[in-house]
Formats: sequence, C-alpha cells, structure tokens
Amino acid sequence: MNLDSSGGAGRLPAAFMMTGSSSFAEFIGAHSPELLPSRRPLPVGGTVEAPHGTTIVSLTYDGGVVMAGDRRATMGNLIANRDMDKVFGADDYSAVGIAGTAGLAIEMVKLFQVELEHYEKIEGTLLSLEGKANRLATMIRSNLAMAMQGLSVVPLFAGFDLDAMGGRIFSYDVTGGCYEEHDHHSVGSGSLFARGAMKKLWRPAMGSPAAIRVAVEALYDAADDDAATGGPDVGRRIWPTLAVVDVQGLRFLDDDALAAVVEQVVADRRGNPGGAR
Amino acid sequence: MSMPFYVSPEQLMKDRADFARKGIARGRSVVVLGYDRGIAFVADNPSRALHKVSEIYDRIAFAAVGKYNEFENLRVAGVRYADLRGYSYDRSDVTARGLANAYAQTLGTVFTQESKPYEVEIVVAEVGQSADQDQIYRLTYDGSVADEQGFIAMGGAGEHITAGLQERWAPGMNLGDALGLAHELLCQDPGGGPSRTLTATQLEVAVLDRARRRRTFRRIAGPLLDALLSSEDPTKDVPADDDPTPGRHDTLTGEAAPAERAESDPS
Repeated sequence: MNLDSSGGAGRLPAAFMMTGSSSFAEFIGAHSPELLPSRRPLPVGGTVEAPHGTTIVSLTYDGGVVMAGDRRATMGNLIANRDMDKVFGADDYSAVGIAGTAGLAIEMVKLFQVELEHYEKIEGTLLSLEGKANRLATMIRSNLAMAMQGLSVVPLFAGFDLDAMGGRIFSYDVTGGCYEEHDHHSVGSGSLFARGAMKKLWRPAMGSPAAIRVAVEALYDAADDDAATGGPDVGRRIWPTLAVVDVQGLRFLDDDALAAVVEQVVADRRGNPGGAR
Repeated sequence: MSMPFYVSPEQLMKDRADFARKGIARGRSVVVLGYDRGIAFVADNPSRALHKVSEIYDRIAFAAVGKYNEFENLRVAGVRYADLRGYSYDRSDVTARGLANAYAQTLGTVFTQESKPYEVEIVVAEVGQSADQDQIYRLTYDGSVADEQGFIAMGGAGEHITAGLQERWAPGMNLGDALGLAHELLCQDPGGGPSRTLTATQLEVAVLDRARRRRTFRRIAGPLLDALLSSEDPTKDVPADDDPTPGRHDTLTGEAAPAERAESDPS
C-alpha cells in the first residue's frame, strides 16, 4: 500500500480526501488500481489451469432465501480442494456464491464485501438489494477480458429485500448481465442437474426447514451426475456451506444442523438413488 | 509594485493557531471516556443525521469538534485508509496508531502549507482486548498528537470538562456511571453559571464495546439511552445482542423485538 504518492511528507494522498464517491472499488481504482482483481496485466496467449468452483444453488421460501454450495474445487480431472467455502456473506442481508475460477472469484467477493461495508460506513445507511446486485454486476463486467482467457467468474447473489420484505435471487453472465431469478436458480458445472431437482422439489410458500432440505437435495443430485461437484462426504464429515437470509439477517447453518439434514437425505436415497417419490 | 509586509514565522504560526483555536472554541463539546467494557463517546449534538462520532473500522472510532465539512472530509479519508489497509493486508492489521499518524501528517501539512488551517480537533480511539490496551489519541489542528489515558474532552467547554473528569473519572467505571458523568459535565456552564438541561435526544452517544465480535461500534439511543443515563434505572451496560429490528444493526435502542424468526431451524 502506497500512502506517499502525492502531497507533503506522509500526508494522506489526494484520492483519500476526494469528495463525492462512496465506492471503495472506485477509490482503489483511482489510488491503487493494481489491487483491483480485474486490472491485472494479462499474459499473451494460452490459458492457465486454475482451480474451479462448481455448483451453487439458491431458492426462496416464505420469509427469506437459502443459498448453498458444495465444497469441491477441481482443476481438470483433479480435485484441487475438498473443503472450500464458495458461499459467502456479502453483508448482513445478502449472500454471494461463486462458480468459475476460484482464486479470482474469492478475490472479487472480498472486494464486494468491503465495497458494501465501505458504503454503509460512509453513507450511514444500507444499499438497496438492487444497488448491491448492480455493484456486483459492475465488477463482473470489468472482468470480461479475463473471462475471454478462460478465467471467468459467475456468481449467484441472493438477499433479503427490506423494502419488498422477501428473499430475491440475482444471476449473472460473464459479460456482467444481471438477471433477477424467480423462486430458484443454480450456477456452476452441476447446475443443470440441480435446477432439474429444484424444479420438482420447490413448492410455493415453503418454510425454511423445507427449503434447506431442498437445497441439500439439489446439491446431492448435482453431485450424482456431475463429476466436478462434491457429494456428501460422510467419512470426512464435510457438509455443504449453507446460508439462510431472512428479516433477521444472514446466518450460516452450523455443522450439526447440516449433518442432520445431509444424513437424512442420504438415508432417504438408500435404495432409491433418484429420489423418486 | 507593492511589497508584502514582512511577517515573522512565529507571528504567522501564532495567527493561524489563534484562528483555528477560536473556531474550535465556538463548537459544542465532545467527551470520550473509557469504561470497564469499552470506550464511550458522548457528544452535545442535537442532530440525528450529522454525526460527530462515527465508526472507522472494527475496533476504531472517530470523534470530532469544529467545522463539519473539514472533519467529515477527514472521517471519509480515515474510512478509506482503514478499508484499504484491511483489504490489502488483514482486518487485524488496521490500527488506531497508523491512522492517527496519517491524520497528524495531513493536519500538519494543511496547517503549514495551505491558506487556512483546519478548524478541527479529533479523537481516534481503538478498543483493545482489555482496558489497558485501549488507545485514545487526540489530534489538534496543527497536527500534534497526544496519547491520552482514560478520557478526553474537546470543544468549547473542553478544559472545564477535563478538569471535572480528572477529579471524578476512575478506571473500571461502568457504562451507566460513565455516561452519567459525561452528561452531567456537558450540562455544566464553564463560566460558572447555572447548569443547562440536556435531554437524551440532544446527545449523540456511541460505544466501542470490547465484548462484541468484529464490528464493535454501536450507537445508543431511545429507551436504552434513557435507562443508562438515569441513576435509578438498573441498566448499566449495553445488551450483548443487537436490536432485532430489520435494517442496519449499528444502533441499540432497547426497543422490543417486532418479529421473531419466522421458522426454527431443523436442528
């Protein structure tokens, strides 16, 4: 971090004293652009092998929204990481899940978290849910050059809208397009299978325990058919990461609660691998 | 061609200091004082929107007196400094000492090089893991820094309040007593006249609560502030849990919960 780029000895540089912007990303873009994930120089030609995150699911229920992700990161045919967290709290009322190049995506989430907290501190108020979704879209948009070299990041954003008093889900494409999804959505390599599962399992006005169960079951179905998605690892006791956002805010389900849900799903699928009902 | 009159550097600095001091002395006062479980900030400030006390980072807060536009500018710079440091290193690497140094250099440069010094006095405070690790720095218009122990009062009645605190403040006071003391001293007239009455709504009160995790800054308002200021009420500290009201969780009012969690977890 360079604090001496302008002004008198040791004085805070002009970018710190500039008025008008409440955006942290804009500030570091002006002061130290090398810290922005999308501003790094790209090597010419060739693609790099980097760990990829896989499946994220999200669904709304009566009173909030649930987001869950498996724990696997893959690099080609290798498992790069078995217990990576791919669902993060963005602030008190929203969660973001990531699929795609893990290193870049996690850096982007870190920047997004600071961006929201920075706005909150400077403005003294929370950003609206759409405002947050748009800020994330801006970050994805600036990453297009990297995406074209194979380093794409595709997040899924979900949060509780304090104006509409309900959970909402936003999906993105690599160009930064931001689309509101209704009821449920999934991203990542296993998303096709997870989406199919959620179409059949999601019910209008379901409660949070039912929604948690559906999220875990959708991840189970994704892992069943997609090699890159990690299934329930009962031996190592690695469970999916699962966040619930409601009017009270964001919370992550603890291991004991998750173990109960996962073990129930596994038990119900014994002798009934497709989960027919 | 007209020649400017020669002004000795001593005179120039003295004029600037007098100018800044006069501006600060016109303002209402702010008291910062340690209590057993954190650091409390009490400002004589009737505005709900234009704050004199604000959050900088997890364990660091900012308080100021003087010209609003100038200290607001410094506050925003401080938030940027802290967030940049936390983003490029780690959250635990953001310290009040580093921020106080950056402010001191900035105020010092403005004092000597710009046409007008900042008419502000600020406090940067960091709550530690225990009371002896608390840090309270006072920065004045010319960039001088003082590392204060326990309490600071600044603004128009600063000297009078400091005298009162020296006499009556003690380490390990509880929050209720600390706020009561600050409130009483803010009400007194430094000229020796009759005391004014400051109601809870005319005070801006905030704490850095040592026991909280991550972001420790909380404003205190509403019935909770009334209870803490009242000597009869048994409430002597802030609750461990935030208000359950939807929205920003930085203010503790002690008002009742509007809604319970819709559904219980499967556990």
